[in-house]
Amino acid sequence: MRVLFPFFTVIVLVLLAFAGVKMANLHFLFGVIIPYAAITVFIAGFIYRVVGWGRSPVPFRIPTTCGQMESFPWIKQNKLENPSTTLGVIGRMLLEVLFFRSLFRNIKTEFREGPKFSYGSDKWLWMAGLAFHWSFLIILIRHLRFFFLKVPYLIHVTESLDSFLQIGAPLFYITDALILGAVTFLVLRRFLIPQVKYISLAADYFPLFLILTIAATGVLMRYFSKVHIVGVKELAMGLVSFSPAVPEGIGVLFYIHLFLVCVLFAYFPFSKLMHMGGVFLSPTRNLANNNRAVRHINPWNYPVHVHTYEEYEDDFREKMKKAGLPVEKE
Amino acid sequence: MYDSGKIIAGLIVFVLLVTFPFISNMGKASAKPKPSIDTPVINEMAVKKCVEPKEFMRAEHMQLLNNWRDSVVRNGDRIYVNTAGQSYNMSLQNTCMNCHSNKKKFCDECHNYMAVNPYCWSCHIQPKEQPNEQPKENML
Repeated sequence: MRVLFPFFTVIVLVLLAFAGVKMANLHFLFGVIIPYAAITVFIAGFIYRVVGWGRSPVPFRIPTTCGQMESFPWIKQNKLENPSTTLGVIGRMLLEVLFFRSLFRNIKTEFREGPKFSYGSDKWLWMAGLAFHWSFLIILIRHLRFFFLKVPYLIHVTESLDSFLQIGAPLFYITDALILGAVTFLVLRRFLIPQVKYISLAADYFPLFLILTIAATGVLMRYFSKVHIVGVKELAMGLVSFSPAVPEGIGVLFYIHLFLVCVLFAYFPFSKLMHMGGVFLSPTRNLANNNRAVRHINPWNYPVHVHTYEEYEDDFREKMKKAGLPVEKE
Repeated sequence: MYDSGKIIAGLIVFVLLVTFPFISNMGKASAKPKPSIDTPVINEMAVKKCVEPKEFMRAEHMQLLNNWRDSVVRNGDRIYVNTAGQSYNMSLQNTCMNCHSNKKKFCDECHNYMAVNPYCWSCHIQPKEQPNEQPKENML
């Protein structure tokens, strides 16, 4: 159920786009209205989620630290794993966001030779995660060529690096193979490792199946069953210049691809995919470990009325003098 | 909101990145590419036909040319028999560019629009047209 429900959801989505375009001729709906709606939901939902996180108070510094904290000058501090300054935090966040530092620490635990518990290095998840995320980013940057009349230099460079093997025509992209391989690994990992399978939910499988289908339809369109690519760019340019027009004869495969991408964008703010924004707001990563050096005041502390000794003495000075008690102020 | 300065700055960066294509195309009319087949050789043809049907050529010409290259360079086979059974000489410069002698108005029209840089001309000699107007961008 946890696998089949998201699996059939993706199939229904594909069929929906196929039927909508091929049979019902709803080109304008699938080519214009749904993309606009999806990008609106994506931006608004993303902001809503991030603001929601921003409203949660962080009363205390809770970084998870993995190295020597700042201490005496003769004890060497690990400035990236246990940062005490903003600069250190920025370095730590860069390592985390760009290279998944914490995933690099991933280990596996196994029973070996009876009741012997052993730990081992397990870099496969880190490698597949890195390959997947970087491929996805490069593919996203490559796709920007559909949205500019004069394509920026950075996009050209990305594309020529990605296709520099010069295999076939149209040129084969390295990231196309990488993303398909990496996502397949990430799916198989949830199928084959019992512990991971046990904790995997429909919300884990759905984005994987969706992204796998998006990548597969993209690969199909580029190498095998080609669509009218100039028409695709005309549609994209119409969308970004707010003068949408649907060119004839693009091909149904493109509309399936586009619809699944729209579903991904619209689904994004409501799902685990929000880790894209969330990684920047993780209090276990983005806070400097300076609990002992800096005073942090709990943001929800309400003002407490205190009656100091000076005030007490002011109230009872005369009585205290009569009783012979010592007073600080005469 | 706590740390609102940093969070709002981050959100502004996010929104600018996502809407960058919209912003940079604001108020620009997009010109569609119109590849021209107005060349002396094509105009003289009684039946204006390429080696394969137009739809096939539009989608698969890069694959066809790649196969031609492999066939000629690696196997020395220069004869292409199309789906209608006619034979053609596999040659970019002598067959393709003989009719489509207007590279700028035909090839480049869509290639520039789609931002693709085919590496045909790093080996082949570019057809000479309008010698006073050299292509500004060096094709990859």
